[in-house]
Amino acid sequence: MAELRSSASAHAAQVLRYYFYYSMAPILELRKLVKHFPGQQAVREISLVIPRGSFFSLLGPSGCGKTTTLRLIAGFEQPTSGDVLLNGEIVNQRQPYERNVSTVFQNYALFPHLTARANVEFGLKRHRATDIGRRVREVLELVGLTGKETRRPAQLSGGERQRVALARSLVLQPDVLLLDEPLAALDPKLRKQMRVELKALQRRAGVTFLLVTHDQEEALSMSDHLAVMNEGRIEQVGSPEDVYLRPRSRFVAGFLGAVNWISGAGIRPEAVRLLPAGEVTSGDATSGDATPDRRAPGVVTGSVFLGDCVQVLVRLHSGEDTVAQLPRRAALFQPGDPVQLTWSAADEMTFP
Amino acid sequence: MKLRTWFLLPAWLSLVLLFAVPFAIVLAYSFLTRGVYGGIELPWTAESYRRLFDPLYLAILWRSFAMALAATALCLLLAFPAALFISRAARHKNLYLQLVMLPFWTSFLVRTYAWIFLLRDTGLFNTALQALGITHGPLPLLYNDGAVLLGLVYGYLPFMVLPIYATLERLDPALVEAAADLGARPLATVWRIVVPLSRPGIVAGSVLVFIPCLGAYLTPDLLGGGRTVMVGNLVQNQFTTARDWPFGAAVSIALMALVALVLVVFLRRQSEPLA
Repeated sequence: MAELRSSASAHAAQVLRYYFYYSMAPILELRKLVKHFPGQQAVREISLVIPRGSFFSLLGPSGCGKTTTLRLIAGFEQPTSGDVLLNGEIVNQRQPYERNVSTVFQNYALFPHLTARANVEFGLKRHRATDIGRRVREVLELVGLTGKETRRPAQLSGGERQRVALARSLVLQPDVLLLDEPLAALDPKLRKQMRVELKALQRRAGVTFLLVTHDQEEALSMSDHLAVMNEGRIEQVGSPEDVYLRPRSRFVAGFLGAVNWISGAGIRPEAVRLLPAGEVTSGDATSGDATPDRRAPGVVTGSVFLGDCVQVLVRLHSGEDTVAQLPRRAALFQPGDPVQLTWSAADEMTFP
Repeated sequence: MKLRTWFLLPAWLSLVLLFAVPFAIVLAYSFLTRGVYGGIELPWTAESYRRLFDPLYLAILWRSFAMALAATALCLLLAFPAALFISRAARHKNLYLQLVMLPFWTSFLVRTYAWIFLLRDTGLFNTALQALGITHGPLPLLYNDGAVLLGLVYGYLPFMVLPIYATLERLDPALVEAAADLGARPLATVWRIVVPLSRPGIVAGSVLVFIPCLGAYLTPDLLGGGRTVMVGNLVQNQFTTARDWPFGAAVSIALMALVALVLVVFLRRQSEPLA
């Protein structure tokens, strides 16, 4: 009896340790990860911690090493040096089929000879899972594909194919779902809709998502955290607000959105206001904006109507070309009008 | 005439003169009577076709079918891994393909004779086996079904490798990665993903191997030593030694019908919707 009790308590301790361990270790960690290809350094020492259950994005221009990083995590590439840790365990030596991560490929890589259901069942069968029928039904419901089970990929629309790809990976309950530019193959309207759906899906499924994209709007709108990459390095990690409002480098500032560079400081187009030349106001008291305490004179050179807003192009007397993004209702400026560009010092982004 | 017609003319002419006309002649001969000193005579008769159903000849047809089937299966077994290896090779792909084609640099006849020199009692294999003390006395490597099968597989292997390689080369590597990503080990990936998706190449290769094997006559003649008679040898015998042209023609027509039947079955399978 005592023996039984001690073994039971040993078991309880083990379970506790398990939960403690799993709740403490980040779900995914990269330590000084380096990948060289012949004649190219794709990834130069990346260290990153991905929090459990978060929607994390790797954002960067093409060729910055973000896809290589994803492939190193999936196990399709071996790191030159450094470690990939899943749940605190180094998995460098594990084959892709031995890692509990799953990838949604850019073109989905659905098996063309299998139906939607068979595509989703594929991983479960390889893992000799039980209760395959119920799990497939549930995941198809989760991604909204019920009724399309017997279609082949060629008989599905782009959006539906993406859902199959998501379902195929999610059904395996991976520690991390890796998404390689998952929206790039969709048309712009569907892309915007899928951003919202993808985020909602991540919340519902409770799975950690690691998304790779070159589209800053995509990264900003979906992510809890994002890492901006450039030339194989991480430039900055933070929340979307952090990296957009407080970029740590000129590259990050410029990659996340348009920037007006005025005597060394960067100001976002939506942070500047225009006043007719000579008019002096101490800011719009009704808006919550910071007081526009900086100003620079210039001349309007043109404007672009964007539907929900207007972009006015202004050439400053100091020579810089700038853009002011204004509400549509704002006073219309004509090319040649002398104006003053005003902004708040608080909105200035400065870099060493 | 339109330019298009002129361009098609050579192909049409060669098809009519070199295929349709000879086919008509063979068909006509098969319904004529055997001449006393060979050749053909009237009257028209279906006697040759009736003789086809003699158990002796049915056995030869069946045996040719079985040999061709076995050769095709062996070719497939050998060619698929080879094609997979070449298509996945990071470099030297062209070198490997050249090696597959290398046998075509010399005549088929010469290569088949080479096998005789390798397989006969005093040949390379038997000499080597005895010199190493592995066997005492020569093994019967030549002049049997095994030798014929070996010759057929050897002769037609490239026709299986190349079409399979062509489909594997077009296979999206992301599909293989996706399979591994979903937990499939390499063998499961090959069996569940790569093999089904290379079916067009497998079907094309099988047709390209099976049909010439079915009608093969040089290989069974040389490596079978006359003991292994396949339908090709039967046709040759009827036209030469037996001087029974109508029966030889009837066997040819039967062979062609068999090939056509196999093609229809194969191609119907291939045209099933896949992607």
